[in-house]
Amino acid sequence: MSGVQFQSNWLDILTSPFMQHALIGGSMVAIAAGLLGYFVITRQNAFAAHALAHIGFPGATGAILLGVPVTVGLTVFCVGGGLLIGLFGRRVADREMATGTILALATALGVLFASLASANARTTTSVLFGNLLAISRSQLVVFAAFTAAVVLALAVVARPLMFASVDPEVAAARGVPVRALGVAFVVLLALTITMAVQVVGTLLLFALVVTPAATALRLTARPGRVAATAVALALGSVWGGLVLAAMVDLPPSFFIVSLAVLAWLVVLGLTGGRRGRGAPARPVADTHHAHTHHVGAHPA
Amino acid sequence: MTAPPALVLDGVSVVRGGRTVWSDGNLTVPPGAVVGVIGPNGAGKTTLFQIALGLLPPASGRVEVLGAPPRRGNRRIGYVPQNYTAAVNEAIRCRDLVTLGLTGGRFGLRRTSAAERARVDEALRRVGAGDYAERRMSELSGGQQQRVAIAQAIVDDADLLLLDEPLANLDLRNQQEIVGLLGDLHRERDVTIMVVAHDLNPLLPVLTDAVYLLDGHPHHDPISDVVQEELLTHLYGTPVGVVRTAQGDLFTRAAWRDPHRAAHRGDSW
Repeated sequence: MSGVQFQSNWLDILTSPFMQHALIGGSMVAIAAGLLGYFVITRQNAFAAHALAHIGFPGATGAILLGVPVTVGLTVFCVGGGLLIGLFGRRVADREMATGTILALATALGVLFASLASANARTTTSVLFGNLLAISRSQLVVFAAFTAAVVLALAVVARPLMFASVDPEVAAARGVPVRALGVAFVVLLALTITMAVQVVGTLLLFALVVTPAATALRLTARPGRVAATAVALALGSVWGGLVLAAMVDLPPSFFIVSLAVLAWLVVLGLTGGRRGRGAPARPVADTHHAHTHHVGAHPA
Repeated sequence: MTAPPALVLDGVSVVRGGRTVWSDGNLTVPPGAVVGVIGPNGAGKTTLFQIALGLLPPASGRVEVLGAPPRRGNRRIGYVPQNYTAAVNEAIRCRDLVTLGLTGGRFGLRRTSAAERARVDEALRRVGAGDYAERRMSELSGGQQQRVAIAQAIVDDADLLLLDEPLANLDLRNQQEIVGLLGDLHRERDVTIMVVAHDLNPLLPVLTDAVYLLDGHPHHDPISDVVQEELLTHLYGTPVGVVRTAQGDLFTRAAWRDPHRAAHRGDSW
């Protein structure tokens, strides 16, 4: 275990320019991912989020092949893939099939592009697992624009998007543009994933986009509090991960994901079978209707 | 000034996926009626609601809802879709779901006002869901979820309630309580209620009218004209009996008998 070593100069490392970039970039991703996570869960879009991350893979390797910035390739593929998924069937089953198929095709293209571009293993690794410590100033500018777009767009659509997510049939009857909101949401998700891929990589992205919101939802169901808690958890994971990475010089992706998962496990353990403010997970029994029928409970 | 009819169909036919669901729809549902919408599976009961909600345009004919052409987002209609309770989300509290019925269509950041919160509280109280307003939908029983769904439908003071199979998957006691609630709402708010139902029996105490989809056409009649053995037998394509108890209560029953059991009747067991 010669690789693991405490670095006594970790404070200097934390204040160095590359670490500053990592902190700023990681924070922006945490904000966007924390906010969108709630909708990813209520819309049952977790698989789409996972798939979009992988769809970014050919985008990144394709960009290397063409000699354009990786961010451009990621954005084009994630948004394009998001639109394809968003336009496919309304039914969850249809969407799952379409998403899985697009996911497989994208991964195949990613391998092809990587091979054609003769991208070295290091480049591929940074796409798959993220390379937060190599975030450049120009990447930060793109991150800032994407995060601003996500936050502003959510401020405008949050309420109808929530209606369309939890109650699509009634929302449609009430005149909410359910389909258009679905497409808009997937585009926002694609922008967030474009950033998150560069921070934690395609394979670990779930831990920033879904896990903090899932953890928050176990603590509260109030929409505002879920959003605030999810953002706080994502920020905490990114910051804590970077500090730990500075201390022992191991990949920050590992620490960020581990912290997010640790928080989830702790909350899961604390809440157990109970959810939100001490409420039981099973249906609440009607007070004057407490007959229990043990039909077939005992073999004759 | 009298209120316009709740629903008017004038020569309406509906086509979906190239198939005519029903045709020659000519009926007028009077305001303040409590209407059972009945017919066999696939007859187009839910489709009738979609026409009224403006979610599906008729292939031909004229439709009027509360005196105006149907349009999406009509705030005068409260709607509870079929299988509502199967689709509820664990990520939302009852109170927030009902609030969406009031403000869910609005874009932009805006706090829910005190007046809006009061209306949400009143709707929750009215359906008897006040005690579990802060709970998540997924934590409730089917009957409780149905109450919250109805609270969401009435929170904006709808003049017409469209309820698609609100009694499905409820036990007898919950069925009766929901029916009682519908009767109360009808009396207090003078609201027109249309209810899709497979089993008429629990609803019969409150129904004034029925819309029935027979041989590919929707018809409308007072409930007493519809609860007839001949009509129901024709409608469902299986023998249906109508029984009137000594107390004057009506109920329908499938008149089919198991020939094997009939043959064994009188055996020692």
